[in-house]
Amino acid sequence: MKSFFKFLILLFAFLGTSFNSNSAEKVEYLKTDWSFKGLFGKFDRGSLQRGYQVYTEVCSSCHSMKYLSYRNLAEKGGPEFTIEQAKAIAASFEVKDGPNADGDMFTRPGKLSDKFVMPYENVKAAQAANGGAYPPDMSVLVKARGGGVDYIYSLLQGYEDPPAGISLDDGVYYNKYMYGNKIKMANQLSDGLVEYADGTTASVEQMSKDVTTFLMWAAEPHLEARHRMGFKAIVYLIILTALVYFSMKRIWSRIETEV
Amino acid sequence: MSGHEYIPKSKVGKWFNDRLPLLTLANHLTDYPTPKNLNYWWTFGGILTFCLITQIVTGLVLAMHYIAHADMAFDSVEHIMRDVNYGWLIRYIHANGASMFFLAVYIHIFRSLFYGSYKSPREIIWIIGIIIYLLMMAAAFMGYVLPWGQMSFWGATVITNLFSAIPLVGEGIVTWLWGGYSVDNPTLTRFFTLHYLIPFLILGLVVLHIWALHVPGNNNPVGIDIKKPSKDTVPFHPYIVIKDGFALLMFMIVFAFFVFYTPNILGHADNYIEADPLVTPAHIVPEWYLLPFYAILRSVPDKLLGVVAMLSAILILAALPWLDTSKVRSAVFRPLYRQFYWILVADVLILGYVGAMPAEGLYLLIARVATAYYFLHFLVILPVLGLKEKTVPVPLSITEPILGGSPNLATAKNKESLNN
Repeated sequence: MKSFFKFLILLFAFLGTSFNSNSAEKVEYLKTDWSFKGLFGKFDRGSLQRGYQVYTEVCSSCHSMKYLSYRNLAEKGGPEFTIEQAKAIAASFEVKDGPNADGDMFTRPGKLSDKFVMPYENVKAAQAANGGAYPPDMSVLVKARGGGVDYIYSLLQGYEDPPAGISLDDGVYYNKYMYGNKIKMANQLSDGLVEYADGTTASVEQMSKDVTTFLMWAAEPHLEARHRMGFKAIVYLIILTALVYFSMKRIWSRIETEV
Repeated sequence: MSGHEYIPKSKVGKWFNDRLPLLTLANHLTDYPTPKNLNYWWTFGGILTFCLITQIVTGLVLAMHYIAHADMAFDSVEHIMRDVNYGWLIRYIHANGASMFFLAVYIHIFRSLFYGSYKSPREIIWIIGIIIYLLMMAAAFMGYVLPWGQMSFWGATVITNLFSAIPLVGEGIVTWLWGGYSVDNPTLTRFFTLHYLIPFLILGLVVLHIWALHVPGNNNPVGIDIKKPSKDTVPFHPYIVIKDGFALLMFMIVFAFFVFYTPNILGHADNYIEADPLVTPAHIVPEWYLLPFYAILRSVPDKLLGVVAMLSAILILAALPWLDTSKVRSAVFRPLYRQFYWILVADVLILGYVGAMPAEGLYLLIARVATAYYFLHFLVILPVLGLKEKTVPVPLSITEPILGGSPNLATAKNKESLNN
């Protein structure tokens, strides 16, 4: 039994190292405390709401979020805007609908059931407006990057003047956390860029953290429910395992063999 | 098996059992005499059955919501993750379940290698097992394609392209597999169909696997033939049922940890980017459980020979009962084999590691050495070892080993004598 556990531990240690090494280039990302990590990790509501503000005022002019609906903003485990707030947010967007009875397309104010309005009609239009680079959809962006939240958080703060000897084309910027260091997105954040409704100082660091938290929720809207259920499930399993262990000892005590 | 004929107590039971002896079967399964010295490495058979059932059940629910279409597959997976009630739970169980399934099957296979469970009279059980393993790999590979992310698409492209190595007909076969001239919608729909079919084939083979097991009965850590039923055996129920249950629960705790706390760690981030035939990912890597074979494939400079080496690496296992010439089953009594066994384990782990790395420089060199050793182990070391090795005396029975005392004591004493 002992050697068995030793083997399992070794195996997991091995698996762990081999996955981390999947990312080819090692860069030390900037670290910050994420409230949603750990056994009981939850989102910071204020941070999510501020993050949404940064997303709409800054990111959303180029980046779509096609898998989210306005109703999600009021759902449990998310930014938890009130229904009225979410309705007002939705209504502030023009949504293309139709065809109507006359066969015409028309625009109307957004509703809770609408998906987030996209900044461009399609990928080609997005590329044309951004020097050929498609600003990736942000719905699952955090999960689609090796470094996850730390990577996004660092990238937003990673703009620097290029080191001597590196020349950049027009519309290409230097970022020390970007794969290959060349990025087509210009530095978007500057201190005081947005005015937070709750009075928080909008430093670059603060905005990076808020918007990254928001992106994490966008990618994993059920994260809180998952953590809650996970804790209950594991506690339940541990208790059951203990009970079964003692029953097993009892049953096997009928014969002279160790289990 | 149990030696006495089973007669149902109730009249209805007897009437039914005379027509379809299901109760006799149930009685056989509960009474099934099992060696009482089985250790925890033997619990992975039950764990694997649990894995298969879990995959089938969660897979059925996912299939109710998934759309097998190149334009909609990725969206439908996100729909499952966001809008389907507990869809995230079902999908994470299914995705991590595949990894857990392979983790368990590797332990199961290596247990068999250590205790010589593949040897006469259990060759058929072993060969059915190898076929199950092959089908598992096919099912897992096709399942990974279904979310239609970047790794899905490019993994499918790389693996299906392997068939183009076949001389003359290769290109034709690849076009036929794809249902077109590249991996596209027809490929996705057929992979979905096959991904749905294969688990049921596996289920059928599992029945045969267990049936074949119940003819000679379980091997055991001492590796000797035992009388059944006897003092050396316990009935499957309740002894083995509760022990398997305990091990399964421990396994489920690990499983739950992955599902609830690190559900994406075993996957690749690129698979959350929708498939794009125009953009190739920087490194195309398969899921971890296929990495050793991926390393073997890439270690051979020639494409056709690489494919042959990879397939041989799996198929060679089927010939194992005849490659291993030793009459003694358990490695407990084979001091030399035991050392080579652990070298093989290390070799496979190294292959897995280099499989995840770019195939260049030192990694490639390590992969080549490890590949060569893998084949050396099966083709040279095992046949020679069986003839040359001086084995330690094997006890005559589990309860009355030659050294006296309890069966575990016998094993312990043997270990001691080896160390001295």
